Amino acid sequence: MTPIATIITPTTPMLEYDFMRTAFMASGIAALLAGTVGFFLVMRGQTFAGHALSHVGFTGATGAILFGLAPLAGLVGFTFVAGIGMGLFGEKLAERDVAIGMMLSLALGLGLLFLHFYTAAATQAAALLFGNVLGVDQAALLTLAVLAVASFVALGIIIRPLIFASLESELAEARGVPVRFVSTAFLAIVAIAVAECAQIVGVLLVFTLMVGPAAAAQNLSRGLMAGVALAAALALAEAWGGLTLAYYSDWPTSFWITALSGLVYLASLGVRFRAR
Amino acid sequence: MSALSFDNVTVRLGGRDVLKAASFDVEHGEFVGMLGANGAGKTTLMRAALGLAPVASGEIRALGRRATRGNSQIGYMPQNRGAIAGLRLRGWDVVASAAIGARFGFARLDRAMRREIDWALDEVGALDLAQRGIGELSGGERQRVLLSQALIGKPRLIMLDEPLISLDPAHQRNVVEIARRICDDLKVAILFSAHELNPLVNAIDRVLYLGGGEAVIGAVDEVVNAPVLSRLYGAPIEVVHIGDRYYVMAGDVDVEHDAHRHDHHAHDAHA
Repeated sequence: MTPIATIITPTTPMLEYDFMRTAFMASGIAALLAGTVGFFLVMRGQTFAGHALSHVGFTGATGAILFGLAPLAGLVGFTFVAGIGMGLFGEKLAERDVAIGMMLSLALGLGLLFLHFYTAAATQAAALLFGNVLGVDQAALLTLAVLAVASFVALGIIIRPLIFASLESELAEARGVPVRFVSTAFLAIVAIAVAECAQIVGVLLVFTLMVGPAAAAQNLSRGLMAGVALAAALALAEAWGGLTLAYYSDWPTSFWITALSGLVYLASLGVRFRAR
Repeated sequence: MSALSFDNVTVRLGGRDVLKAASFDVEHGEFVGMLGANGAGKTTLMRAALGLAPVASGEIRALGRRATRGNSQIGYMPQNRGAIAGLRLRGWDVVASAAIGARFGFARLDRAMRREIDWALDEVGALDLAQRGIGELSGGERQRVLLSQALIGKPRLIMLDEPLISLDPAHQRNVVEIARRICDDLKVAILFSAHELNPLVNAIDRVLYLGGGEAVIGAVDEVVNAPVLSRLYGAPIEVVHIGDRYYVMAGDVDVEHDAHRHDHHAHDAHA
C-alpha cells in the first residue's frame, strides 16, 4: 500500500492529486456495481458463491502476473468463466456448498503456487488480497468503467426475470422464464462485479462492498427498487468514506471500508429490530 | 372443450410411473379438490399440466391447447417452500415482480398493471396485508398475498398446490372460501390439491383422487368410498362418514390425517 503521508501533507485537499481522483473514480464505479449486484446476490442467498468467485479471481490474477499479463485481465477472465461454470452447475444449493468450497480452496492453493514461482511475490500478494485502490492507473480505470457499463446493461436486460426467479423460481419456471439461463447470466455479472471489487478492496474483502451494503439495504428498506438504489448508495458512501478517512489517517483504505461497511450493517440491524 | 383434460397420460419420474394412463377432465368453471397420499403425484400432475414434467405417453390439453410452458391463461400457486418468508420485501413488490417477471429488458410497471395487481390483491382480501413485509406476515396472511398472483393475467384455469399446508383451521377455511368465491366470480376452473378432504368438502364441485398411478374424478360420494379408495391405495380402506366429515381409514389408522402428520411434522404444532 502506498504510504500517502510521506509524499503529501494532509492539509492539501485530496482531490488536487491525480492518483486520488483516479482512486475516487475507480472505487466509485466498483462500489455502484457491487452494491447493485450484491443486492440480488443477498436476495438469492448466493453470497457464498460471490466469495468463492473472488478466490478464483486470485488464481487468475497471480497466473496473469506469472505469465507477464495484467493482473486485472486474469482476474476478470477467471472469475467470468468460473461464474458461468457455477451457473451451469445447477440449482441444488445443498450440494453446491461443498462443491463451491472445494473450488474455493483449490483456487487459493493454485494462486499460492503461482506466487511461489513469481519472485517479487510479497507486495503483489498483499495488493491482490487486500486491494490497492491507490495503485489504479488510467488504463485500469477505463477497463473498470467499460466493464461496469456492460454489467449494468446486462443486469437491466435480465432484471425482471432475475427478480422473479429469485423470489419464486417454480412459478417463474411455469410462466416460461428460462430460469437456468437467467441465473447463469447473473453469475457472470457477479463475476465482473467481484473482479472490480477485488481491484479496490482485494479478493479477501470483496464481501465488504458486495454483501455489507446490500444486506444493510435489505434491513432498511421494504421496497425493491428503493432497496437496490440504497445498496448502491451505501456502497458508494462506504468506498468514498473509506478513501477519505485513509487520506487523513494514513491507515489502509480497505480497513476503513470494512470498518464503515461493518458499522452500517450493525446500525441497519438495530433499525430493523427496533422497527418490530 | 374442457379446462384441463388428461387423455391416457403416463408421467415417469426416476423410473417410476407417477401417473399411469390417467384420464380425466376438469370442466370450465368448476372447483375440483385433488386428493391422494404423499407421492401419489398431485404436484407432478400440476407440473405436467404446466409443461414442466415430461409426459411419457398420452396427451394433456389445457384450455384447448397442448400443455406447454408459459401458458398465461393458467394461474398457478406452487407449494410454499418458505424461501421468501425471511425477506423484509413488501408483499406488493413480490406480487408485482411475478406479474412483470417474464419480460426481458428493463420493463416498467405501467398503470394498467398496477391496477391489476391491486385488483388481484383486493380479490383475495390482501390489499392492506401487501403493504407489509412478506416475511412479517403469518403463514395464512402470506398465503393470501401469494394467492393473488394466480389471478393476474385473467387466467381461465387456476391450479393451487397444497395452499392449506401448515395453516390453522381458521385460515384454512378462509383460503377455501376465497377459492370458492374466485371460482364463482371469475368463472374460472380451479384445481386445488390438499392432504385432507374435510376442509374442502363443502366448497368443491367434484373431487379428483390420485393413487397407484390412477386418477378418479367424480362427486365426493362416488369417489370417496371403500371400493374406489381400496383400489387406489392398493389396500383395504374404510370410509367413515359422520355429518359432513369423512374419515379415510386403513385398518384403524386415519390415512389422510396420518399422511399430513408424517409429511409435516416439523411444523405441525397446529395439527
